[in-house]
Amino acid sequence: MRATCWMGKKKVEVRNVPDPQILNQRDAIVRITSTAICGSDLHLYNGFVPSMESGDVLGHEFMGEVMEVGRGVKNLKVGDRVVVPFPIACGLCGACRAEAYSLCENSNPNAYMAEKLWGHSPAGIFGYSHMLGGFAGGQAEFARVPFADVGPIKIENGFSDEQVLFLSDIFPTGYMGAEMCGIKQGDVIAVWGAGPVGQFAIASAYLLGAERVIAIDRYDYRLNLARENTGAETINYEQVDSVVDTLNEMTGGRGPDHCIDAVGLEAHAHGMQFAYDRAKQAMMLESDRPITLREAAMSCKNGGTISVIGVYGGFVDKFPMGAIMNRSLTIKTGQCHVQRYMRPLLQHIEKGDIDPSFVISHTMRLEDAAKGYEMFVNKSDNCEKVVLKA
Amino acid sequence: MSSTSNANAFRQSRGDRQGNMMPGSNRQSPMRNRSYGGNGQSGSRKLQQPQQVKKIATGLGWFSIGLGVAELIAPDRVARLVGVKPTSTTRTMLRMAGARELAAGIGILSNEQPTGWVWSRVAGDALDISMIGAAMNKDGTDRSRLNTAAVAVIGVTALDILAGKGLSSQSSQANGSRAGGIHVKRSITIMRPREDVYSFWHDFQNLPQFMKHLESVTSLGDGRTHWKAKAPAGTSVEWDAEVTADQPNELIAWHSLGNSDVNNSGMVRFTQAPGARGTEVHVDLRYNPPGGALGALFAKMFGEEPGGQIADDLRRFKQVMELGEIMKSDASIVEGPHPAQPLSSRELRSAQDMQGGQNIQSMRSGA
Repeated sequence: MRATCWMGKKKVEVRNVPDPQILNQRDAIVRITSTAICGSDLHLYNGFVPSMESGDVLGHEFMGEVMEVGRGVKNLKVGDRVVVPFPIACGLCGACRAEAYSLCENSNPNAYMAEKLWGHSPAGIFGYSHMLGGFAGGQAEFARVPFADVGPIKIENGFSDEQVLFLSDIFPTGYMGAEMCGIKQGDVIAVWGAGPVGQFAIASAYLLGAERVIAIDRYDYRLNLARENTGAETINYEQVDSVVDTLNEMTGGRGPDHCIDAVGLEAHAHGMQFAYDRAKQAMMLESDRPITLREAAMSCKNGGTISVIGVYGGFVDKFPMGAIMNRSLTIKTGQCHVQRYMRPLLQHIEKGDIDPSFVISHTMRLEDAAKGYEMFVNKSDNCEKVVLKA
Repeated sequence: MSSTSNANAFRQSRGDRQGNMMPGSNRQSPMRNRSYGGNGQSGSRKLQQPQQVKKIATGLGWFSIGLGVAELIAPDRVARLVGVKPTSTTRTMLRMAGARELAAGIGILSNEQPTGWVWSRVAGDALDISMIGAAMNKDGTDRSRLNTAAVAVIGVTALDILAGKGLSSQSSQANGSRAGGIHVKRSITIMRPREDVYSFWHDFQNLPQFMKHLESVTSLGDGRTHWKAKAPAGTSVEWDAEVTADQPNELIAWHSLGNSDVNNSGMVRFTQAPGARGTEVHVDLRYNPPGGALGALFAKMFGEEPGGQIADDLRRFKQVMELGEIMKSDASIVEGPHPAQPLSSRELRSAQDMQGGQNIQSMRSGA
């Protein structure tokens, strides 16, 4: 089959690889109809995630048609149309029973690698490094889906791929980011990053009852999308002296009630701070740039929440723990427990509360995946979200 | 189960094992109570506390990296600093020393048991001292600077030896054997009732299902079993073992008999996890690996830690108990590096042969 392979830093190629086969009883093989490039794939692309190997098949947002099921899969049959969640979760361990699917205790065969860096291991993830399992991803013609009786959600109505594909990751991820804030009527929420996940965090914050949402980014086209689609207010951080001061100004000096980091480890900023973190990163003295976290910690209202859904990999420097402790801030975070959210969010789509396809800026053939990565990473042609058709 | 009965069970098993254990291991009294950290290591220690030793080792690791980088990037400046005339020869030698320092630094910082790497620094120090000695007689050297460098290297050597000795004594204490045997403790929590987990383990013939290096365990009757395990370089090791303690749903202990290839003993305790989370499995293994202390040290230097092996085995045990099979990924079913992409049918067949040929039935479309 054809598959998008990571061939080294900033190098992605669509290559011929063997077709996937059933390896475990509860596997299914899915023929992929649509798949997407995620912002977190760009961390792999840029070489910030350890334990990648040349030839790894990328992709963790995908959907398609069931081609084959292992003998342990009773709820799916050949021909079913499914969206596949990005965390691989067994449904039987303690974490899965608590619906913390991205913390599944059984789905990472390379857990020892994750334990070295993080103490304990989270769940395995499709196409996301060897320390998260070494699973081939879904930017391909076919994929093996473990625990197919727990993860994939059947789509039985006439929605297009584009309307339901993002149930695999970015819609639930944005939603969980907003949910972790515990939003109450009247709350003002600030969202760093108006990429696809940020857009869904903004939309979800409104769905959950936020009064105002403020989006922060440096690309006007992304801020425009947030304004037009959800009515969010916006800050282009390259056009203000200080994000923290601007947020204070916009919130009567209180600061936003809760802050969502939809940026992660490759944050940008202008001025010395960015130069400082980029230099430290280059010298391997810190692995992640915590610029968003610092701004969130300094601007969040006393007693508020910093909800982190942007991906971090390792270690950060100059983290304002004093602000967090003394001002009773709460940090909540995690890879999204997608399986928990797919059904309720599909209902939101069915009710017409949201049409997730609004984030798509480019649709391409799988063969053009390399071009898609390049456009997404360079933000060329106002790239917001790339969908690949297999 | 209360902790009192737990402790009783443990005492009983230790009693059972008295006199049967492998030489040297009876010094140990692991887990007399449930407080961790420092117990058994305090008392009359001649060398520094473990934390201090570790700190010195870490400091030495960073020192190695700093010096290594300087020698690699700016050998001429380093040469001038120590009072040697920069020539192409000194450049090459300093760069080689830099590479050595970097390797030692990374080895020390990236290994939990950096003992071997710290000793490798001592060997490097000896080399440096001989180089300085040789340079003394060369033209164009600055004697006073060279003397300062020599004093510095000797100082660092003393520190290296101190850290090396400290670490060596710690690891032999932790191993519980003067012969350099290995002692591993690992635990895992399994979402299954204690009876199920106990009875699965109780049938030792089940162990090769999840213990990667174990080829087979066969019953010899009488509570005795014959074990066969894979060893490095395609060889295998075999031994007989007998059960020394068996308390239903609580504890199983065993040890090898007579002149085994690998003298070993093991104990596994099953306790109820708090909060309806199933069963805690606590494994305690001791063994003398082939190649003795040297083999163990060598394996550790290159990262194949027995503790990690047991942790992986326990994770597979959890999968067998909770899922009924071992979780596989494209990359994990192949020995050695393999990209995360599907295996060809040929690769898959050889991988399955190695794992005992687990055959998965499936329903193909159109079949």
